Amino acid sequence: MKIAVCIKQVPGTTQVEVDPETGTLKRDGVESKLNPYDLYALETALRLKEELGAEVVALTMGPPQAEAILREAFMMGADDAVLVSDRRFAGADVLATSYAISQALRAAGPFDLVICGRQTTDGDTAQVGAELAEFLGIPHVANVVRVVRANRAELTLVCDLPLELQTVALPLPALICVEKSIGEPRLPSYRLKLATAELPIRKLSLADLPDSDEKHYGLNGSPTQVIRIFPPETDGMRERWDGPAAEIARRLGEYLFTHKFLQQPR
Amino acid sequence: MARIVVNMANLTPERAREIVEICPFGAMEYVDGKIVINGSCRMCRLCLKRDTGGAVTFEDTPRTAVDKSKWRGIAVYAEISGGRLHPVSLELLGKARELAARVGHEVLAVLPGYRVGEAARELIAFGADRVFVYDAPALENFRIEPYAAAVEDFIRNNHPAVILAGGTPIGRTLAPRLAARFRTGLTADCTVLDIKENSDLEQIRPAFGGNIMAHINTPHHRPQFATVRYKIFALPEPVASPRGEIVECRIAPEKLESVIRVIDVEPKSPEVGIEEAEVIVAVGRGVRRAEDLEMFRRLASRLNGQLAGTRCLIENGWLDHRRQIGLSGRTVAPKLIICCGISGSVQFAAGMKGSERIVAINTDPAAPIFNLAHIGIVGDLYEIIPDLEKLIEKGGSL
Repeated sequence: MKIAVCIKQVPGTTQVEVDPETGTLKRDGVESKLNPYDLYALETALRLKEELGAEVVALTMGPPQAEAILREAFMMGADDAVLVSDRRFAGADVLATSYAISQALRAAGPFDLVICGRQTTDGDTAQVGAELAEFLGIPHVANVVRVVRANRAELTLVCDLPLELQTVALPLPALICVEKSIGEPRLPSYRLKLATAELPIRKLSLADLPDSDEKHYGLNGSPTQVIRIFPPETDGMRERWDGPAAEIARRLGEYLFTHKFLQQPR
Repeated sequence: MARIVVNMANLTPERAREIVEICPFGAMEYVDGKIVINGSCRMCRLCLKRDTGGAVTFEDTPRTAVDKSKWRGIAVYAEISGGRLHPVSLELLGKARELAARVGHEVLAVLPGYRVGEAARELIAFGADRVFVYDAPALENFRIEPYAAAVEDFIRNNHPAVILAGGTPIGRTLAPRLAARFRTGLTADCTVLDIKENSDLEQIRPAFGGNIMAHINTPHHRPQFATVRYKIFALPEPVASPRGEIVECRIAPEKLESVIRVIDVEPKSPEVGIEEAEVIVAVGRGVRRAEDLEMFRRLASRLNGQLAGTRCLIENGWLDHRRQIGLSGRTVAPKLIICCGISGSVQFAAGMKGSERIVAINTDPAAPIFNLAHIGIVGDLYEIIPDLEKLIEKGGSL
């Protein structure tokens, strides 16, 4: 059984600013980390590996430095790692990103199961998983909160929909997107760090993909275009209260009673 | 094809070093007298905005244009959740009416489900011109393949210019699947939508973790998909004289087959979500200890409201994730929100700025939350809230 886990390197902070002169992002010196939601995807894969015996492959698309998060996946217990990197993937939106990853999964696969985290902390779209499944031509289940049962042919899963918990049987091959409640991720192990330090990382560029037509990737393969980015606006209808706490509490209380958020006792 | 090109003829060693410096992602490497762009490039195009004496240029050739006149109609994916129409679908219908009026298109709704006649009539009452109903037992529970097949059928037969879906678990899984199927654009979690005369959707959403807004178009593809979260747009009024038409759609039964078997459906406990609360007390990093949350919970219950929090309180396990406000949590628009010790990142603001009255208490007078608050209080929570509690106990007289 072969399981792929899709992971991403994200900025260590969400405090990004726009340069007021050029209208572009200021991201100098921002540290990077493994997208925290992906830890749960890795954990899910590693538990299935322990239960059923499987080969877990961590895969990421990003700059050469994204190798760091693949090393982290090794330290948690991944068996193999793939870095998909090419400047021609630059400027990809959801569609072009999903397409590139789906092509990389085809090149590195076939896989019985693909696991994604809920979302990334930088893109925040939570939509790459579903597009990936479509490009791979396999069914998918999102918002998975629990794996009830698993065998090599089928998973029984609980997914969290707005008003109900749905338990479904999902035959493999398939893709799932997991939530945080799937289980606490293990910490990277020092023993594995030493043991995997020399393990090679498989590198894929555009030329290695089944479809190597540049037009389908990066900015060129992206239907959406960012026209501009700008800092959020603010309006000026504001009141500012300052002063001793007791005085402020009195004004706040008065405000709450006046606007009927609190009822005067009779 | 669009790409960044380095013209070696215009490159001097000084200029090359300058260009390497410009790139915030370290994508420009200077090797053996040549500049190579590596996989770190994000196409931010900052290198093109500086004067490099023609050393870095942008090449673009026009794409094959889609015939936009063939794609007409502003469509809403009408979501059935727990057997009923999800209110986000009506909010989207209100927005679709606005957009459609601007470009002279029809307002369409696509409604897959089982026994959904009542929902179809509701959509008509709220102003849909045509509701395309896919009613079949196979659609009783949400499963990706048959639902995607139904909406795909609707798109192939009706060519809508725009499809809006709720940013709900179902909308966020169905819309991307279809966007990929039609090789078209999808913009998630839009907070502002407008439309150009040529039916290009103007989409604005928070980006990069939410501290920045991005204005996004889908200029060469149809249909254009956008998701919008619950409570971002206002619930519209029903139309005075609804004239819409219900279209019963048939689809080949094999298209509704799914390999996924639904074993059990368990309704969730009818706990009031923070989305429905009229009053919210929201807490952030200014709260020092988990035990202190009790004080805010008491205040919330005195105000008949709910306690909610920012991402950091959810991440350190102090609050259930269903109580998270923000881009990666819930969107709320209560009558009153009291933000306690919250700095007000755009990620948080995106989830609550539709609130009617915003009160913020923070010790830092420069906190961004004060740009949003109708009443900004510079002060210490740990003094103000206990004083307020005492005052409420005494019935308002201090």
